Amino acid sequence: MVEQVRRLLEKRVGSVAELEKLRQSIVDKKDSGRTCISVCGGTACRASGAEAVVDAFVDEIERRELQVQVEMKETGCHGFCEKGPLVVIEPKKIFYQQVKPEDVAEIIAETVLGGKVIERLLYVDPVSSERITYESDVPFYKRQTRTIFGANGTIDPTNIEDYIAIGGYSALSKVLTGMKPQKVIDEVKKSGLRGRGGGGFPTGRKWQSCRDIKGAIKYVICNADEGDPGAYQDRSLLEGNPHSVLEGMIIGAYAIGSHQGYIYVRNEYPLAVRHARIAIEQAMDYGLLGENILGSGFDFTVTINKGGGAFVCGESSALMASLEGKIGEPKAKYVHMSEKGLWDSPSLLNNVKTWANVPLIINKGADWYSKIGTAGSKGTMIFSLVGNINNTGLVEVPMGITLREMIFDIGGGIPNGKKFKAVQTGGPSGGCIPEQFLDTPVDFDELTKLGSMMGSGGMIVMDEDTCMVDVAKYFVEFLKGESCGKCTPCREGINRMSEVLNAITQGKGKREDLETLEDLAGILSAGALCALGQTAANPVLSTLRYFRDEYLAHIDEKKCPAGVCRELIQYSIDPERCEGCLRCLRACPTGAIVGEKREVHTLNQGLCIKCGACYDVCKFDAVIRQ
Amino acid sequence: MELTLDFPKVRAIVESYTEKVDSLIDSYAGNKEQLISLLQDIQAEFNYLPQDVLIKVSQKLDIPLSQVFSVVTFFRAFTLQPRGRHLVTVCLGTACHVKGGSRLVEKMERDYGIKPGDTTEDLRFTLETVNCLGCCALGPVVVVDGKYESKMNADKLDRVLRSYK
Repeated sequence: MVEQVRRLLEKRVGSVAELEKLRQSIVDKKDSGRTCISVCGGTACRASGAEAVVDAFVDEIERRELQVQVEMKETGCHGFCEKGPLVVIEPKKIFYQQVKPEDVAEIIAETVLGGKVIERLLYVDPVSSERITYESDVPFYKRQTRTIFGANGTIDPTNIEDYIAIGGYSALSKVLTGMKPQKVIDEVKKSGLRGRGGGGFPTGRKWQSCRDIKGAIKYVICNADEGDPGAYQDRSLLEGNPHSVLEGMIIGAYAIGSHQGYIYVRNEYPLAVRHARIAIEQAMDYGLLGENILGSGFDFTVTINKGGGAFVCGESSALMASLEGKIGEPKAKYVHMSEKGLWDSPSLLNNVKTWANVPLIINKGADWYSKIGTAGSKGTMIFSLVGNINNTGLVEVPMGITLREMIFDIGGGIPNGKKFKAVQTGGPSGGCIPEQFLDTPVDFDELTKLGSMMGSGGMIVMDEDTCMVDVAKYFVEFLKGESCGKCTPCREGINRMSEVLNAITQGKGKREDLETLEDLAGILSAGALCALGQTAANPVLSTLRYFRDEYLAHIDEKKCPAGVCRELIQYSIDPERCEGCLRCLRACPTGAIVGEKREVHTLNQGLCIKCGACYDVCKFDAVIRQ
Repeated sequence: MELTLDFPKVRAIVESYTEKVDSLIDSYAGNKEQLISLLQDIQAEFNYLPQDVLIKVSQKLDIPLSQVFSVVTFFRAFTLQPRGRHLVTVCLGTACHVKGGSRLVEKMERDYGIKPGDTTEDLRFTLETVNCLGCCALGPVVVVDGKYESKMNADKLDRVLRSYK
C-alpha cells in the first residue's frame, strides 16, 4: 500500500514545469533511430485478425531476444480499414497491409533485421499497379490532412506517456498558466470551430452562453453516442487518442468553470470504453485530472457513462436524461441545454471530434486554424468513407474538398467497375447526393443546400446496384425503430411514411403516394419535438428530388431498376454461363434449383423465395437478377 | 411485459450469485444516475436482467420499480428474457445494408426460426441486430459471441455457426 502511494506520488505532475521536464525525459529516453513496429489495433483491424499478428510479433521478438532493439506497439485506428491488419515499421514508415501471423517471422528477419522490403505485403495502387513502400505515399493517405487523426497511428492509446511525448497536455499547460477563461473562449470563437456532431453550431458561442450563466455547478459532456450508421470516426478517435479528447474537455471545463465531466459513449464500442477508462485513470495518476490540476488550483473529474443503445440519445436533451438514469426522451428546447441541462444545471455538450480540435486550436492559435477550410466551415473534418467504395476507411480532409476528390482520389472509386450512383451523407438525418453534384465543395452549408447535411461525417457511397427507394425505406425503418414515441408527428408520421414506402417497394404504390410522402415530410419538419423527427424526412425528400424516376419505375412499371426490391425482381439461371457446379443448388434453402453435376441448372420460379443465396455463391455470374 | 419467466435452473443461478449482484450494486455506491451502467453490468453477468435482480436494484438504489422497468424496456441493450448460449449479432448499418446484411437476418429466420430478439428453443442462439458496429470496411458483419466475422453471406454464416454448439 505504502509502495503504491509512493509510486502514485512519484507519477504525479505538480506543475507545468514538471510536465515539461517529464516530457523531455520521455523524449530523451526514446531513440529516434530505433525500429518501432506499430500494428493497428482499431476495431476493424482487430476484426481482421490484428490481435493474432500482435501476439506473433511479441513471440518472435522474444524468441530472437530483440526486446532492446525493437519496440512493439499496438496503436489506434490508422483509418485504412479496407486493407487491415496494417503494420507500419518505423523509422522509415514502411507500410505493410493485410498482414497475417504467418508473415511475422519474415517481417522480422527481412525488414527489421535485413533492411529489405517484402514486396508481397506492400499496397498496390489499383490505378497505376505500382507497389507503394511508405505509408505517406499511399494515395489514400497522401491527399489527407491529418491534424486531428494523425497521432492515432503513432501512439499507444493506453500509454499516456506516448501522448505526452508528442506534445500532449501542452495546450492545457498553456491555458492554465497564461490564459483567462474568457481568453480561451475568445480563441475558440475566433477559430471559427463549429460543432462536429452534426448541427454545426458555433462552438465558441455555445461555450460563451454556458460561461455567462451564473451557477455554482456546471457540467461538461462529451457526446460519444455515435449513432449514425456508417459513421465510426468518434469511436476511432476515442479508441486511438483518448487523451486528446480529455485534454479538450479539461480546457472546456476551465473555460466555463465546471468541475465535473461525463463521457457518454455507446456500449457497442467496448474498446473505446476501455481506452477512455484507462486514459482517465492515467490522467488522474499524473495529476492532469482530479484536484489541483498541474498545481493551478483547478479541479475537474470525468466519469464514463455507457449508452443503452438508443439512437435518440445522441440528441442533447435525451442524452442528458439518460445520464440522469432516466429513459432517453428529448425535451422541447425552449431553454438551451447550455443554460439548463443535466440536473437542470448549465451543461456544455460537444462531440468527440469537437473536443479533439480544442487542444490544436489552443496550441497553434485561432489564426492558424481558421486558415484551413472554407469561409463558413473552418478546420478539417473526419469522414468515414464506406459502402460501395474501393478504399473503405476514415479520412481527414480540410473542409471544402470536393466530393469527387474524396470518393475517387482518396476513396479509389467504385469497385468491380460499377457506376457511381449517389453518396449518402449525414446519417438518417441527411440525404443522398447524385452524380451531378460531385464537384460540390464539402462543408456545413453546401451540403445543407443540396438537401443533405454534414452530420457526424458518415459518407456512404452507393453504386448502380443500389435502389434509392430501398435506401429511403431503410432510413425510415431505422428511424421508425428509434423514434422514442414521445411526440405524435414523429411517432405516427414516420410510421405512415414507412407504410407508403413499403407499398411502393412491393409494387402496390400509387402516384399520389409521392404527394403523401411530401406532405408527411412537411408535418415532420414543422411539428416534431427534436432533430430526429424534424430531419427524418430528409432521406425521402432527397431521393424524391434526385431519383424521382426510380420511384416512378416502382409505381408505374412495377419494376425495381436496381434489382433490389424483392417483390419486383426475379432470379433466373443463364444457361450459357452455368457450369453445373451445384453450388447454387446446395445454397438454395427451398430446393427451387434443380440440375445434375456439369449440367445446366434450372430455377423453379414457383418455389423461389428470392433470398439471393444462389446469386451470392455463383462463381460464374450465371444467376441473373432482373 | 411478461415477468414470470424464471426457469428453476436460472433462478438457482441467480440465487447463487446474490453476492455478485450486491457487489455490482455497491460498486456504484448508490448513485442513481448510474442506473443504466449498473444494469449493463448486471446483464453482462447474467446474459439478461432477471426479475429478482431488478427488484433488488430498485430497493437498494431507492428508484421506483416502474422507473427501472421503463429504462429496461426503453433501451434496446436490455433484455428481460434469458438469452441463448451464443449471441449472434447481425449489423444492419447502412454500409452493411447496401452490401446485403438484411439477407442474413432473413436467413436466420428461415433456417433457425428466430427473428431479431428471439432465442432458439434449444437456447443455442439468440439473434440480435445492431445499427452499426463501425467495421464498415468488412461488411456485412456478423458478431458471434464477440468475435467479428467479416464479409458474410448466407453460405458463410452457416459454416461459422456450425462451430457454435
